[in-house]
Amino acid sequence: MKKLQAKNNPLYNFGRENFGILIGLLLLCVILTIFSPVFLSKNNILNVLRQVATNLYIACAMTMVIILGGIDLSVGSTIALSGVVTGGMIAFDGHSLVVAVIAGLLVGVAVGAFNGFLISKTTIPPFIVTLSTMNIARGASYVYTGGQPIRVMSDSFNFIGSGYVGEIPMPIIYLVIIVIISVLIMSKSRLGRHIYAVGGNPTAARFSGINNSRVLFFAYLFSGLMAAIAGVVLASRMFSGQPTAGQGAEMDAIAAVVLGGTSMSGGVGKIGGTVIGALIIGVLSNGLNLLGINSFWQYIVKGVVILIAVYVDFLKKGKKSN
Amino acid sequence: MSEKILLEMNHIRKEFPGVLALKDVSLQVQAGEVHALLGENGAGKSTLIKILGGIYSSDAGEIVIDGSVVTINSVQDAQKFGISVIHQELVLVPHMTVAENIYLGREPLKAGRFVDFKKMNDDAKHLLDSFELDIRPNEEISELTIAQQQMVEIIKALSFHAKILVMDEPTSSLSEKDVDFLFENIRKLKKAQVGIIYISHRMSELKQIADKITVIRDGEYIGTRQTHATTNDELITMMVGRQLTNYYTRTFGNPTTKVLEVKHLNAGKLLKDISFHLFSGEILGFAGLVGAGRSEVMKCIFGIDAFESGEILINGEPVVVKNPDDAMKRGIALVPESRKREALFMDQSVTYNITIKALGEFIHGIHVDNARETEITKEYVDMMEIKTPTYKQVVGNLSGGNQQKVVIGRWLATKPKILILDEPTRGVDVGAKAEIYSIMNELVKNGVAIIMISSELPEVINMSDRVVVMSNGKITGCLSREGLTQEKIMHHATQFVTT
Ligand SMILES: Nc1ncnc2c1ncn2[C@@H]1O[C@H](COP(=O)(O)OP(=O)(O)OP(=O)(O)O)[C@@H](O)[C@H]1O
Ligand SMILES: [Mg+2]
Repeated sequence: MKKLQAKNNPLYNFGRENFGILIGLLLLCVILTIFSPVFLSKNNILNVLRQVATNLYIACAMTMVIILGGIDLSVGSTIALSGVVTGGMIAFDGHSLVVAVIAGLLVGVAVGAFNGFLISKTTIPPFIVTLSTMNIARGASYVYTGGQPIRVMSDSFNFIGSGYVGEIPMPIIYLVIIVIISVLIMSKSRLGRHIYAVGGNPTAARFSGINNSRVLFFAYLFSGLMAAIAGVVLASRMFSGQPTAGQGAEMDAIAAVVLGGTSMSGGVGKIGGTVIGALIIGVLSNGLNLLGINSFWQYIVKGVVILIAVYVDFLKKGKKSN
Repeated sequence: MSEKILLEMNHIRKEFPGVLALKDVSLQVQAGEVHALLGENGAGKSTLIKILGGIYSSDAGEIVIDGSVVTINSVQDAQKFGISVIHQELVLVPHMTVAENIYLGREPLKAGRFVDFKKMNDDAKHLLDSFELDIRPNEEISELTIAQQQMVEIIKALSFHAKILVMDEPTSSLSEKDVDFLFENIRKLKKAQVGIIYISHRMSELKQIADKITVIRDGEYIGTRQTHATTNDELITMMVGRQLTNYYTRTFGNPTTKVLEVKHLNAGKLLKDISFHLFSGEILGFAGLVGAGRSEVMKCIFGIDAFESGEILINGEPVVVKNPDDAMKRGIALVPESRKREALFMDQSVTYNITIKALGEFIHGIHVDNARETEITKEYVDMMEIKTPTYKQVVGNLSGGNQQKVVIGRWLATKPKILILDEPTRGVDVGAKAEIYSIMNELVKNGVAIIMISSELPEVINMSDRVVVMSNGKITGCLSREGLTQEKIMHHATQFVTT
């Protein structure tokens, strides 16, 4: 009985499931606090969270996609495409901000829907489908902009990504909403159960009367939308839609998901883990910056940390299965 | 029994690329009857069931339920018409809990939006309790034994309160006790006027539970008989189209050379002080309830699982079997019990699956001897009478029984000295069973030593030179062939069992 109760306490579960990476994150924070006086300042923390935010929008959706046994490589390019379209709608065509933002988001939805359609209705692997759309969306961004950033000098546009409500930066507010929605989907809704089922054993899901196609379609659609939100936020922060934006963003998202303990073979994973994974990546790059380590080295450190984290996780799981 | 016809499937036809699985099959099921479907491996039984269950759609024919023609295009449609199916392959999601699996696709909601986990777990617990099963609703499927998983499947199917319940070889991985339990529930359902379609290759079961038996052969309807008005011989003749004379082929020799000896093997809570030996040229039966630890012993011998203490001797010499590859080099082969999970590459061809352990015979450096590859495939496809349109067919598309034959064929291709067969005839039709028995007999005649784990007592009794019985991780008896009875074996198999 006691065990049942413990299982029903989400906070306890969260702590137990993510014990390893939570310790890692904590350790990282302690070390940085010791070596850099700035690290624990309110400004810096908000700064880290703001940087983590856009990665996490995508990573939340990527968690679903990976639990489904898939992958979405197109998110980085979608960031660029939705950013430049939003910018272009304002700068080239003189549309209102609202219309432009909606158009930008719709671009992401369209890319996601295209991915979702092909992946759910054909047997082309997600890797190939999204590799293609990754190139298409990136190319489209260059074509649309002629390779130049589209500058948008508008305060109201800039507010989307750089504004504050009280002391909280806007991107963090979006982040909280997105994480809550994702957690609700994955742990409370039927759709969430079905995502785990389709990822864990597609035949079983189908034989249980689940519409696998619809579940797959949703996940990629959601992924496209999240990438678009990230795209608009980034464009707004940079006062411009840039065709080079979001390069490598898909890899950061995947890294966060994997760090968070989601299995690349599908069926297992949690949004909570992904949040911690993204925080580790965010705190790490922030810390390396504070310590003045040059950005070339940062890549190497990031790679090593991912390997270590996943290896520790592997050791833990190995023990469990014996 | 009422005379009301619940379900009719008329002149069903189904073609897969290159395979005509069903030519013309009809079936009539009344409310409150158990209607068995009998046929060789690949006869089309599962295909017919999948059409009824909305997995496949038929090319021709009609389905009539309660007197009206219906179209079933999806699993949801089938569920709507009150059809619930236990499929031949286990279809559970490994990383989800028992409760989540039982209610998969129809999770209870609260506030119309969120899954009501409490209700789901409570309902599942209720279900499991009412069936007196010792499984917790929040246990992960992957942590259950195959038999337990099968029970979850059965409970899941029962929980639909279906009008028509289909069971495709539900007992293939169950022990006698679980089978009794299942039959009890089937009888209850009969009283509740449920129509039940029951598929099994175990003739003794059909006698016990079926009211009528319909036989199909090569996708064609052969006939329907009342169970009490027919004989095994008649059914077998209908099934295979000829008479089958010898069922158990066995010429007993007088084996004396020890090839394998296991001494005081201990592995955690699973195995305690296991000691036995095996002679060349004998079949050593391993009996016991499911979960007694029989497969575990074999996994230790084969180098899959580690053990804490104990010794394994091959030809009198103590050996340490590091891994399955090492075991193979020492002439041991293990045909595992769960073909899907432990043996087959479902997306690869018959050839690939059969030759995967014998690559050395036709790949030399970078040269692949295709003719030899085909030759080996042909040898074992013929020997095992595997029914496949071509050697290129992917194994996932073969019928369940034929998949089993592919696994056995693969291990025979390694020409082992010690052959361990874990439930070798599970899901295999009578004709093929007889075939497998005669192959086993040939092998021991040529000096191969065979360990056969089996839950089918008649096969244990008729095929074994000696029988080791296990219960709860211990060996509770080593019985010789003389005077062996089912009761004797069961007596030893139920020692130390606390239920
Ligand atoms: N998806 C598929 N694609 C191609 N062929 C298939 C497919 N499913 C079944 N078949 C073929 O259809 C035939 C009938 O198969 P089915 O599974 O219905 O046999 P079965 O009577 O259930 O046999 P068993 O007793 O071995 O389970 C077999 O020849 C099989 O190879
Ligand atoms: Mg079948």
